[in-house]
Amino acid sequence: MRFRGLIFANLFRKKVRLILTIGSFAVALFLFAFLAVVRSAFSRGAEVAGADRLITTNRIGLIQTLPISYQDRIAAIPGVKAVTQNHWFGGVYQDEKNFFVQFVIDPDNMRKVMNEFVVPDDQWANFLKDRQGAVVGVKTAERFGWKIGDRIPIKNSLYGPTKTWEFNLDGIYHNSRPGGDENQFWIQWKYFDENVPAFAKSTAGWYVLKLDNPDDAARVGKAIDTMFANSSAETKTETESAFAIGFIKQFGNIEFLIESIGVVVFFTLLLVTGNTMAISVRERISELGVLKAIGYSDRAVLFFVLAESLVIALIGGLAGLGLALLAVPVLGAKLNGLLPSLVLSPAILSLGLGVALLVGAVSGLLPGIGAMRMRVVNALRRV
Amino acid sequence: MAIPVVYNFRSVKARWTSAIVAVLGIAGTVGVFIAMLSLARGFRATLVSSGSYDNALVLRAGSTSEMTGAVPLESSKILQDAPGVARVVGGPLITTEAVLVAPIPMVATGTDANVQVRGVSPNVLAIRNNVKVAEGRMFQPGLSEVIVGKNATKSYKNLGLGDTLSMGDTQWKVVGVFDAGGSAFDSEVWCDAHLLNGAFKRPEDSYQSVTVHLASANSFEQFKDFVTADPRLNVDVTREIDYYSKQSTRMTQLITILGGLVAAVMAIGAIFGALNTMYSAVAERGREIATMRALGFGAAAVVFSFLIEALLISFVGGALGAAAVLPLNGLTTGAMNWQTFSHMEFAFKITPILLLSGLIFALIMGVLGGLPPAVRAAQRPVATALREL
Repeated sequence: MRFRGLIFANLFRKKVRLILTIGSFAVALFLFAFLAVVRSAFSRGAEVAGADRLITTNRIGLIQTLPISYQDRIAAIPGVKAVTQNHWFGGVYQDEKNFFVQFVIDPDNMRKVMNEFVVPDDQWANFLKDRQGAVVGVKTAERFGWKIGDRIPIKNSLYGPTKTWEFNLDGIYHNSRPGGDENQFWIQWKYFDENVPAFAKSTAGWYVLKLDNPDDAARVGKAIDTMFANSSAETKTETESAFAIGFIKQFGNIEFLIESIGVVVFFTLLLVTGNTMAISVRERISELGVLKAIGYSDRAVLFFVLAESLVIALIGGLAGLGLALLAVPVLGAKLNGLLPSLVLSPAILSLGLGVALLVGAVSGLLPGIGAMRMRVVNALRRV
Repeated sequence: MAIPVVYNFRSVKARWTSAIVAVLGIAGTVGVFIAMLSLARGFRATLVSSGSYDNALVLRAGSTSEMTGAVPLESSKILQDAPGVARVVGGPLITTEAVLVAPIPMVATGTDANVQVRGVSPNVLAIRNNVKVAEGRMFQPGLSEVIVGKNATKSYKNLGLGDTLSMGDTQWKVVGVFDAGGSAFDSEVWCDAHLLNGAFKRPEDSYQSVTVHLASANSFEQFKDFVTADPRLNVDVTREIDYYSKQSTRMTQLITILGGLVAAVMAIGAIFGALNTMYSAVAERGREIATMRALGFGAAAVVFSFLIEALLISFVGGALGAAAVLPLNGLTTGAMNWQTFSHMEFAFKITPILLLSGLIFALIMGVLGGLPPAVRAAQRPVATALREL
């Protein structure tokens, strides 16, 4: 480009200001990415929910169990492809701070329903053979430095007097969906059932079922709830995403809060950067007047100003998003267990860059148009 | 000799657009800072005020919250006779409680929230003396009646005085609304513990926790020693206030980390803004400054003068930010208590100390943003600066 030299000379004329302005952009974009990540962490459950899956819980509430006999009866309903069940184990590894979700699972059907969880076949085969076996998500395994073959003690006081259950780590799972959960710890239902007191024997916490056809959700859900109506354990069946949204709604206000903070943060910094851009043009009015006097068109002058602010926005935006890219994993590790996993998605990154360029364009356009419209005589007379 | 402060007021007035931007930048930062901290404080205050220093909470040994683990009825009978428990004419002040969460729709969204339901002993109000029945009356033991917290009655459907609520396999009548002074109990529903176990088909002789009112705050050790020594009991004892303050740590930690990070990063942005404003002020007034130096004002006076100007801007920004978030005080919002998986209402709590720290934060930003430009202003050689332009 012909004018590259001029634009860069202008850029570097005041190095301190250049650094500060780029810094402001970087800060704004860093915060943008960070808040977007936190916000999406709160609504993650609903985003990754399977469209063809239903969850059946006890109508009275999530903490009430369902008889294990329901599994075969639900599986017999036409339109149901597979049924699996989960139980909340609720134990503690070493210390309460080390929180992670532990599920009692049904190894025979787990993989038919939850096909996003990927476990190498040899590990899964070992898990099936080992009653005291456990499979853990890769994030939790990394967090505690566990490897296959480790013996993991989990203290539990939910089922009978507090005691320590020991498990052998047989497998590590990954999640094939981006941003999907990789923190859970799974143990076998059979081992669980043998070791819990009578009140918890032969029970499932909730059922997860996969449908042949997602459009069938309403019909199948109704069929299940009708089947168990007026029994000792009535059910409530809903789609996985409705189930997740129910949870998220309880944070409703928090999400709104994050959004309002985001708006305040962003507009504050927008104002700061826009102002800087205006100052730097104002200081150079006479120079721009000279350019116009020696024959550069109005458009060319607008172009110089605009190009300068776009370059600043681009560099600052990239720097901020790069910092966020580095910081999010660190922060995710620090907040482990407090929030669902933090993921900086390409969508957030590209949206951020788009916003940065937009801010750059707007903050360059206003003083740029002013410079374009200015009459040469007036510009030169200033000082 | 010092440069008159009027000079700073006039110069701010002359460059009011960029001054306003700097003010707004600092105001936004201080606003977010105070709002986040008040959220964390409010959450903590709500939980901590639930516990009383004069009460002891008994959970099964190893349990981390009332939601996990059970205390058998026999243990509760032993605890009745333990030393250190306050006794009145009606008997020992001890409440044996069944605690669970039940899905009740929220007014705001229509979706279910996990509401904490607490089955209590009829004498509970004598034990938790921070709780008072504000409207209606206390439930009658043996009847399917509930009393609801003042936040619960507002936030959840079917919890108005006189409403009927379906919970477990029982229909309950709301006969009273209680005020627990803004604590976590205000988001709860209380009823007869026996009936609650029955409605949820739970074992009749098993409860989640026992709370005793101590004869005096100092009786705690006596009570604890007895409980620890008795081989029939397999329980942990904590002061009620310690139990609740421990519950608040996770959420408080989350808000503090997130809020602290946002405020810190924003502060960097605001300092950049202030630096830019002050640097351009210095640049635009190069000749002015040189003239003052030539007139005999010292370098220190120039630094001081510019610092005053930066502090002026940041103070106005800080005050503006604090004033903008002040209406949040007392506003309630819902959140999940991670320890019990129950929904809880709590209020933003903006204290004078918080406002003051917001202002101090603003002034620090002012110093950091104003000092480097002020030093530069003073360092420029007088002769060159005068010759400029």
